[in-house]
Amino acid sequence: MAKVLQDLKYTKDHEWIKVDGNVGTVGITDYAQSAMGDVVYVELPEEGQEVKAGEDFVVVESVKGANDVFSPVSGTVKEINEELDGAPELLNEDAYSHWLVKLEVSDRSELDSLLDAAAYTKLVEELEAEGH
Amino acid sequence: MTRTMETVFEASRKGRKGYALPKLDVPAADCGAVLGDACRKEAPRLPEMAEVDVVRHFTGLSKMNYSVDDGFYPLGSCTMKYNPKLNEAAARMAGFALAHPLQPEDTVQGALKLLYDLGVMLGEVTGMDAFTLQPAAGAHGEQTGLMMIKAWHESRGEGHRNKILVPDSAHGTNPASATVTGFDTVEVASDDEGMVDLDSLKSLLDDSVAGLMLTNPNTLGIFEKHVLELTDAVHKAGGLVYYDGANANAILGKTRPGDMGFDVLHLNLHKTFSTPHGGGGPGSGAVGVKAILEPFLPAPIVTCRDGRYTLVGAEERPKSIGRVRSFYGNFGVLVRAYTYLRTLGAEGLEEVAEMAVLNANYLAKKLSGLYPLAHKGCCMHEFVLNGGPLKSETGVSSMDVAKALIDAGYHPPTVYFPLIVPEALMVEPTETEAMETLDKFAASMEAIVARARSEGPEAFHAMPESTPISRPDETTAARNPVLRWQFED
Repeated sequence: MAKVLQDLKYTKDHEWIKVDGNVGTVGITDYAQSAMGDVVYVELPEEGQEVKAGEDFVVVESVKGANDVFSPVSGTVKEINEELDGAPELLNEDAYSHWLVKLEVSDRSELDSLLDAAAYTKLVEELEAEGH
Repeated sequence: MTRTMETVFEASRKGRKGYALPKLDVPAADCGAVLGDACRKEAPRLPEMAEVDVVRHFTGLSKMNYSVDDGFYPLGSCTMKYNPKLNEAAARMAGFALAHPLQPEDTVQGALKLLYDLGVMLGEVTGMDAFTLQPAAGAHGEQTGLMMIKAWHESRGEGHRNKILVPDSAHGTNPASATVTGFDTVEVASDDEGMVDLDSLKSLLDDSVAGLMLTNPNTLGIFEKHVLELTDAVHKAGGLVYYDGANANAILGKTRPGDMGFDVLHLNLHKTFSTPHGGGGPGSGAVGVKAILEPFLPAPIVTCRDGRYTLVGAEERPKSIGRVRSFYGNFGVLVRAYTYLRTLGAEGLEEVAEMAVLNANYLAKKLSGLYPLAHKGCCMHEFVLNGGPLKSETGVSSMDVAKALIDAGYHPPTVYFPLIVPEALMVEPTETEAMETLDKFAASMEAIVARARSEGPEAFHAMPESTPISRPDETTAARNPVLRWQFED
């Protein structure tokens, strides 16, 4: 089964977020990288871009297709992980230690509607049982 | 096994050639003086080979190819039907094949009449009022149609409408075409039956919506039964509705997008109207429109005035979005499509639809014991198998199954599309295949699934073994594409 880390919050669309103060670090989950297959390109947003919760702001392209990544919360893009430019395979190697974007979170209450590790584990188990 | 051959660059030998020019008997011109900066500084490094070696090189490549003339080619969404050789005979007639696009109109009346009549026939088949034959392929047709939608809104002072709604089951080209045309794409959810969810659609309709793009039958091969309500809802909100007719096999002679309320559509003549395709072309994405959009069609268009066929350019068509391609489209493809239509006639076209649907349902039923179908009920011209359960059970992916099918002598179905089905295998048998061919294919699939269950994924890793290269490294090719020959020096 795909790895799920305890101290993160998750979305149903397989993004994770870790919040420290007002800064949210966002990435895709281990399940997401495994379902996509080999990642070949990551298109990151501009720093300073404002995003709303649920808005697509990153595209992760794999051998199977292009996948939109949706922002777990609203905020402003503070930093992008430039390490992924030229080394997209890092997401396949470890999706949790290679983040995509750091956001300045504008409304911390939005975090309450995200999944905790237990709820996300349940979702992944269900999907894997269906063969996804 | 790897059987590779030299590229023409590796086979090149300096000075070797397959031609002999006569001695120059006119004064030599100074290239730089005539062309100025456009003159090349150094000669292009073209490969130098003898004629016999060029012929052997390309004959060798052609033997590694797999085409519909070799065998069954159920590549979903691509309509790899057999292309009758009569189409080729017509396209090679000297009056068509040797015509120059700048010839005086009086000397190419037959070619112009063919373009005109083809537009009329396609209009009858689809229920649209006028056609352009310029777009060179399906996605090009989509963009042409969307440009007309945009121009129509602008002409009504509604240029602020910047959203195109696209169902999540749509062809991937739909959102791409909308984006390229300058629209924002908004996804509409499908319901449990794989159809557009009417309530989700209605909740998205407002005065920022320029239109809806719909594929019907959709990418799962299902006919949208609420299509009249869908088109009506979009019209009431001030938008137009685009029909993606890329896969029109199943509706020929049965139903018409024009009657379903669509305003603009494209057809892939290279698919539905049987012209050879694959490997990048040539294609034809003919676009049909209702009368409201006719003034916006790309110029020139062919018209008939007093029994004479003539091209009418932008000077007489001020609202035209302009040319979308040089000259008049891929003319050779249009001759083939015209021949196909005239060969089959109205009755024949209807039989195409019936056989396409019958073959797809027959094969779907035969394979449904091996794989769950991705949808309930009957399909149209193609169907999607869910390869997820087989992967969970045996570890054998749809990619492995596709590679095994190559060794069994088939072109595999489309895999991993549509994205909404796990490990999708999308199968389109087309109407031109006999029952025996479908039975043999089903038997091969059965043997492959049985092997997956008994031997597991390891048995598949070396497949295919019958091709010059087994599994190309798609990941490295995508991450670090090398798109031209790299000279050593």
